[in-house]
Amino acid sequence: MNALTHVKTIQKNVIPLELRPIKLYCVQAMRSVKYLTLAPAIYILITLVFNLNGAQAAAKQTINIAYLTQELTPPAALSNLDPFIKEKGVIGAELGINDNNTTGEFTGQQFNLKKFIVPIDGNVNDTFVKEISSHFKYLVVNLSAAQLKPLADLPAAKELLLFDVGTSDDSLRNEECNRHVLHLLPSRAMRADALAQYMMKKRWTQWLLVIGTNPEDKLYADAIKRAAKRFNMKIIAEKTWEHTYDARRTAQSDVAVFSQTEDPYDVLVVADEQGQFGEYLDYRTWIPRPVIGTQGLVAKPWHKTHEQWGAVQIQHRFLEKAGRWMEEQDYSAYLAVRAIGEAATRTQSNELPKLKDYIFSDSFTLNGYTGTPLSFRAWDGQLRQPILLAAPRSLVAVAPIDGFLHPKTELDTLGYDQPESHCQWNK
Amino acid sequence: MMSTSLKWLLLLSLISTAHAENVFVTLEKDNALAIVDPIEGKLLKTVPVGQRPRGIALSPDNKHLYIATSDDNTIKVFDANTFKELGKLPSGKDPETFALNPAGDKMYVSNEDDSLVTVIDIKSKKVLKQIKVGVEPEGITVSPDNKWLISVSETTNMVHWIDTKKNTIEANTLVDSRPRAASFTADSQQLWVTSEMAGTLLIIDSQSKQILKTVNFDVPGITNDKIQPVGVIIDKDRNKGYVALGPANRVAVINAKTYEVEKVLLVGQRVWNLAFSPDQKRLYTTNGTSNDISLIDLESLTVTKSVGVGTYPWGVVAKP
Repeated sequence: MNALTHVKTIQKNVIPLELRPIKLYCVQAMRSVKYLTLAPAIYILITLVFNLNGAQAAAKQTINIAYLTQELTPPAALSNLDPFIKEKGVIGAELGINDNNTTGEFTGQQFNLKKFIVPIDGNVNDTFVKEISSHFKYLVVNLSAAQLKPLADLPAAKELLLFDVGTSDDSLRNEECNRHVLHLLPSRAMRADALAQYMMKKRWTQWLLVIGTNPEDKLYADAIKRAAKRFNMKIIAEKTWEHTYDARRTAQSDVAVFSQTEDPYDVLVVADEQGQFGEYLDYRTWIPRPVIGTQGLVAKPWHKTHEQWGAVQIQHRFLEKAGRWMEEQDYSAYLAVRAIGEAATRTQSNELPKLKDYIFSDSFTLNGYTGTPLSFRAWDGQLRQPILLAAPRSLVAVAPIDGFLHPKTELDTLGYDQPESHCQWNK
Repeated sequence: MMSTSLKWLLLLSLISTAHAENVFVTLEKDNALAIVDPIEGKLLKTVPVGQRPRGIALSPDNKHLYIATSDDNTIKVFDANTFKELGKLPSGKDPETFALNPAGDKMYVSNEDDSLVTVIDIKSKKVLKQIKVGVEPEGITVSPDNKWLISVSETTNMVHWIDTKKNTIEANTLVDSRPRAASFTADSQQLWVTSEMAGTLLIIDSQSKQILKTVNFDVPGITNDKIQPVGVIIDKDRNKGYVALGPANRVAVINAKTYEVEKVLLVGQRVWNLAFSPDQKRLYTTNGTSNDISLIDLESLTVTKSVGVGTYPWGVVAKP
C-alpha cells in the first residue's frame, strides 16, 4: 500500500472533520524516517483524532427532523381485542432518533425530532406553512393520502424532503408523484403482488373478491385486480359487502349465503382496509376456503410474528419503549428517520441536496430487519422492501417468493416496476 | 481401587481421543452441541448444552469449551473432553457472540439488547467492566497481539476500537451497512469486517483505522441483494481469507495480498460461521437453514463433504 491510497482513504473516513489536517500530517510524518523520534508524540495525536471524547468536544452538526400528523377519531370497534392506538408512528420515529444519536455520538452529529400533532379540528397545511416549512428540511409525514396530496403540492413543500409514512396510495406513487416525496410504506400494488406470488406458488388461482364500501376498499380491490392480471389469476366473481342493519341477518347466516358462487374458487380475497367486516369471513364461508387480503393472511411491511434477521432485537426495543407491538406506521417512521441518519452519517452533512443525492444513489442501503437491504426506487420514490405474509399468530412467507426473478433485484417484482410506472418527475 | 493396567488403559484411551480432531457445532434450535469427526466426515454424537446455544470458543489450552446459551442468559463452561458442565459466566442478557483474549483469561461479550460489551474475568467469574458501544453490537474479536478489542455495532454501522488495557473506546471506524463479523490477520496488522446489507468485505489497517480496500462479491446467477457476507477468517500466513456469503449459499476465497476474489465455493443454505482445522488444511462452515456443515479442503479448494448435524447449526470450532 502506498502513501497515496492512505491519504485517499483518510479523506473519506476521518472523524471528526475538523481534525483532518492534523491527521494527514501525522500519517505523513510517520512515514518519514527522520520523524521517527517523534513517534510517541504522534501516537498520542492519532489517539486524539479518533478519541471518542474528542469527537464529542467538537461542535456537533445538527440535523433537525419534523414529524407531522393529525389526531385520529377512533373508528367503530369490531371487537375489544385490539385497543385503538392513537399514535401509530411517533414512537417509531423516536426509536429511529435514538439509534441515529447513538451513531451521532461517535460521528459528531446530533439528530432532533420535533413533533407536530394537529388536533382533529385543526388544519395540517396551516401548521406546515406556519411552523414547519421555513424551519425544517426533513419532514416525516403521517397523514392520509387525501391530506398528503394538497400538502405536497404546496410550493413551500418543494424545498423539503418529505417522508410519507402514512399512505399506501398507488396514485401518489404514479400520476401524482412528487420528486420531493419518498414513500416508506409499501403501496397497495406491492401488497397485492406479494399475496398473488404466494397464491401462485400454492396454485390457488381462482379468487372470489369481496369489497367493502369505502373508497379505500375500492383502491385495494383495484390493486388485487392488477395483481391477478399480472400473475394470471382468475377472479371468478366480485361482490360488494353492503353493511345492513337487518336484525334477521347475522354474520353466521349472512356470510354463508354471501360466499356462495356459481363457479368454484380457491381463496376468498377481502378488501376491507378499516376492518369493518373482514374478520367475520373466516370459518363462515359456504365452502371451506382460506381468507386473504386485508384480513386472514395479510401483506405487511412489519408484523409482530416476524422474528428473523435480527427482528427480535428491534421488536424488543420497541415493545420496551412503547408498551405495545410495533405497527407498520411505526416501522416506516423508524425507517424514515434511519434513512436520514444513514445519509447524514455517510455524507457527514446536514444539507438537503447532499443527503437527497446520497439517498437516491446506488451506495444507499438501509437495514430493515427483513433480510434484504432496502433502498428507494429512483423512478417513484417508493422504498423497495420485502413484504411479510402473516397469519394472526405465525409468519407464513416473505415475498418476493422464491422463484419470482428480476434482472436487477427480486424486490422489484413487487409493485410498479420502472417500465410500468406512470410517475414522470419532469412534468 | 483401580488396578495399574486399568489406569494405563484409561490414560491411553484419553490420549487417543485427544489426538483425533473434533469439530464442535452449536445447534441453535436443538439446544445441543454436535460433535463431528471431520476426517471420517461423520456426526459422532450430540449432547444437550442449554437453551439456544450460539457463540462458541475453546480455551487456548483446548481444555474448556465456552458456549453462549442465549435463552439461559449465560455463557456456560464445559470440559472439552467430557462435555460436563463446569460453571457459568455472568454474560449479561441474551449473549450471542463473544471473544477470548489470547491468554484465555478474559472474555468479552456483546450484549445486543443493551448496546454493551461486558468484560469478564474468567477465573473469578466476575464482571470487570461494561463498555457502552453502538446499537446492537454483534461481531467481537481481540487482536492476536492483545492490543485491541473490536466490537462491531450492526445498527450504528461502526467498528469500535477498544484498548484492552484501559477498556475504553479509543477509535471508531464507520463501515458499510450492517457490519456482522470481524477478524484480525495473525500479525494483527489488518482487521477484516463483513457488511451484511452492503454485501461487502472491508479491509481495515489497524494502525490508521482506515479502510484500505472494499471487496465486492459477484456470483453469477445470484442477485446482489442475496450476497450477505457474515463469517470471515484469514489464514495464519495471510495468503487467503474466507468469507461466508449467507443466503448466497457460498464461501468466497479471497487472495489476502491482492484482495481479489479467487473463487466461490457452493456450500449449504445460509452459510453463517467459519472455522479452520487446527492445521489450517480444512475449513468448516455452518449452514443455518440446510442443517449441515460443509467440509472444505483448502489445498484443492473443494467442498469434500456435507455432514448433517441438527437444526440451525450456528457456531463452529475445531479441537485438535
